[in-house]
Amino acid sequence: MRLEIHGLVQRFGATTVLDGVDLATGDVQSLVLVGPSGGGKSTLLRILAGLDLPVAGTVAFDGRLLPRDEPSLLDYRRTVGTVFQSYNLFPHLTALDNLLLPLVHVHGLTPAEARERVREPLARFHLAEHAHKRPAELSGGQRQRIAILRALVVRPRRMFLDEPTSALDPEMTAEVLEMIGELRTLGTQFVLVTHEMGFARRVADMLAFVADGRVLAHGPPADVIDRSAVPRVAGFFSRILH
Amino acid sequence: MPRWLAHVVVVLLVAGLVTLAFLRGEYTWNWAGVWAYRWMLLRGFAATVLLGSAALVLASLVGVVVALLLGSQRPLLEAAGRVYVELIRGTPLLVQLLIGFYVVASAVGLDNRYVVGVGVLALFSGAYMAEIFRGGLAAIPKTQRDAARAIGLTPWQSLRLVILPQAVRLVLPAVAGQFVSLIKDSSLLSVIAVSEFTLAAQEVNSFTYSTLESYLPLAAGYLLLTLPLSALSRLLERRFRYET
Repeated sequence: MRLEIHGLVQRFGATTVLDGVDLATGDVQSLVLVGPSGGGKSTLLRILAGLDLPVAGTVAFDGRLLPRDEPSLLDYRRTVGTVFQSYNLFPHLTALDNLLLPLVHVHGLTPAEARERVREPLARFHLAEHAHKRPAELSGGQRQRIAILRALVVRPRRMFLDEPTSALDPEMTAEVLEMIGELRTLGTQFVLVTHEMGFARRVADMLAFVADGRVLAHGPPADVIDRSAVPRVAGFFSRILH
Repeated sequence: MPRWLAHVVVVLLVAGLVTLAFLRGEYTWNWAGVWAYRWMLLRGFAATVLLGSAALVLASLVGVVVALLLGSQRPLLEAAGRVYVELIRGTPLLVQLLIGFYVVASAVGLDNRYVVGVGVLALFSGAYMAEIFRGGLAAIPKTQRDAARAIGLTPWQSLRLVILPQAVRLVLPAVAGQFVSLIKDSSLLSVIAVSEFTLAAQEVNSFTYSTLESYLPLAAGYLLLTLPLSALSRLLERRFRYET
């Protein structure tokens, strides 16, 4: 994917959360957004995922501008997959029914076709034995993996993952990160917001450092994490890595 | 002690106390007099079942519509819903029935007291139902709507497939309670001379001068309707239960 962002501004009431974001990624498979909490990473991701409209500015994926009206945004959201930090799954449905719902009601598959579609992915990610459990019966890690799978089985053009491991303990974090790593191997394009720097370094084609509502640095992970010339960026990584 | 046994024990205790109270009184029973009018009571009971069922269905519809008004983004619609709920909940059903029948219905030339009675009852109960539904919808976390949007559901699909199924489970006990109230409130229809169960009991009483013998079957009859409603609600609640 080639992502180009120009002058993106987002405000909530009197608070300016994104204050002129500019970014051009070149052709990458994965973009990882890092930076301090409250810096605007998640707000940026929600705009990229077509969930919120910015106050000003443009976003283009592969040269196509994101639409600015809700009906077109709905169509856009149907072509991508989004996973939030938590509470992605619908608690009244089993894991399997959570997977089937978008396939049947959004993408027009018959229930039989939808079951066939999810069978192999459920097995590959070792979730088949949990398919008939309700979310409350799953561990946090299993819930997130089902949520990622739900976004994946609609065969999205790309995925948006908003701190998918922030609500998990280290062991569950590892299992979810492993799954995201596998997505990368499979060729899935994604934009990921995370605080897991080691993981970001491994999976990012491009790393963007977002703080104070701007992209303060971007480039290959090692360049941004180890050798940034921007004091704010270098200071952030020296504090969290040492 | 198993649960069912506990219920039996409590019921027997209450029954014993009530019997004792009746035995100590100086009341002379005359069941034969009331027995002669048993068809009157049965017809009243049937009327209450029919009127109550119709009002129950209508009240639910009113409740859904008004709940949507209350949750509307348009100020005028939200205000309309709010004014309706506060007016209805703030005034006695008795007054609403009298105004509904003698003022509103006669103004529009409607003189069927059964239709008016069911209508007023549905509007009354619907206001309470609306608040219950609104609360149920508001209790579904915003993250669920977000998740529904993220997978590409339309607002209507999101309501139908994600929000309502969860909200219904939340409001079920309160709705059952409201249904029970509605059945009992239907007794007030007697004031506009709708010959339902309560009016039948009043008439039997006036024919036989046997007050308790007329009204005790009335109480039993209402319990016969309301207890199954409560049981059904508990059953549904158990069936739909899931941890969140």
